[in-house]
Amino acid sequence: MPFFFYFFSALALIGGIGVVVYRNPVTAAFSMIVSFLGLAALFILLNAYLVGILQILVYAGAIMVLFLFIIMLLDVREETGKSFPFTAIAGAGTIGVGFIALLIVVLTKSDIGAISAPVLAVGDAATSDVHQIGIKLFSEYWFPIQIVGILLLVATVGVVVLSKKELK
Amino acid sequence: METAITLNHYLYVSGVLFAIGLAGVLVRRNLIVIFMCLELMLSAASLTLVAFSRYHAAEGGPDYDGHVFLFFIITVAAAEVAVGLAIIVALFRSRETTDVTEIDSMKF
Repeated sequence: MPFFFYFFSALALIGGIGVVVYRNPVTAAFSMIVSFLGLAALFILLNAYLVGILQILVYAGAIMVLFLFIIMLLDVREETGKSFPFTAIAGAGTIGVGFIALLIVVLTKSDIGAISAPVLAVGDAATSDVHQIGIKLFSEYWFPIQIVGILLLVATVGVVVLSKKELK
Repeated sequence: METAITLNHYLYVSGVLFAIGLAGVLVRRNLIVIFMCLELMLSAASLTLVAFSRYHAAEGGPDYDGHVFLFFIITVAAAEVAVGLAIIVALFRSRETTDVTEIDSMKF
């Protein structure tokens, strides 16, 4: 269990670093897929099977294909010539390191996270998470799921309008 | 026995991933890559949700409210990516570039 955690965390973090450092957008997009696969594996380690599969299908599948399609459509070239400006690297480094330092201070000061995972029920008491999430979605969360449906409709219409040759 | 993985481990991974995405947004100049880094930050936040739902087990299973929340986040992210990329395409049509340093007509 610890080995898998460290392996997939490393995969997610290395993929994330790849997105930032690779200058070719296509390589960055593929690093992103690696990062999402690592994250999906972490979700499955956390007993979130449905969400892990959704992460692979929606993020690593649909969304990254959309990104690659747009990169192809716009014919985005590798960033050549001047390297990243020094001020941007210094600013990003300061904010990134500062954020991680803040995280370490908060997590070491508080005892909220120093717990190990509760043991889950196995056998008859354990129901599949698809079942549980489905029940929650269509009973407790019936209103948000309607709103999300409207959001998807609005997004579809909006994309069609934005993609037209000229707006009238 | 090896040391067990605590909630903190997951929170650290999620926080570092968020910081990487944040640094990417600030460093990169290509609009599409900046958008990818935004997605990375969103995913880092979802790892926190799943970790908290697992470590807050109720009735023998994880707290499924976190999973439902993540379901909505994934849906909204998909819609957001579709609209955002359409905006980038529209911007590219009018400006012929995706470099943020060249899109500065509103710069003070």
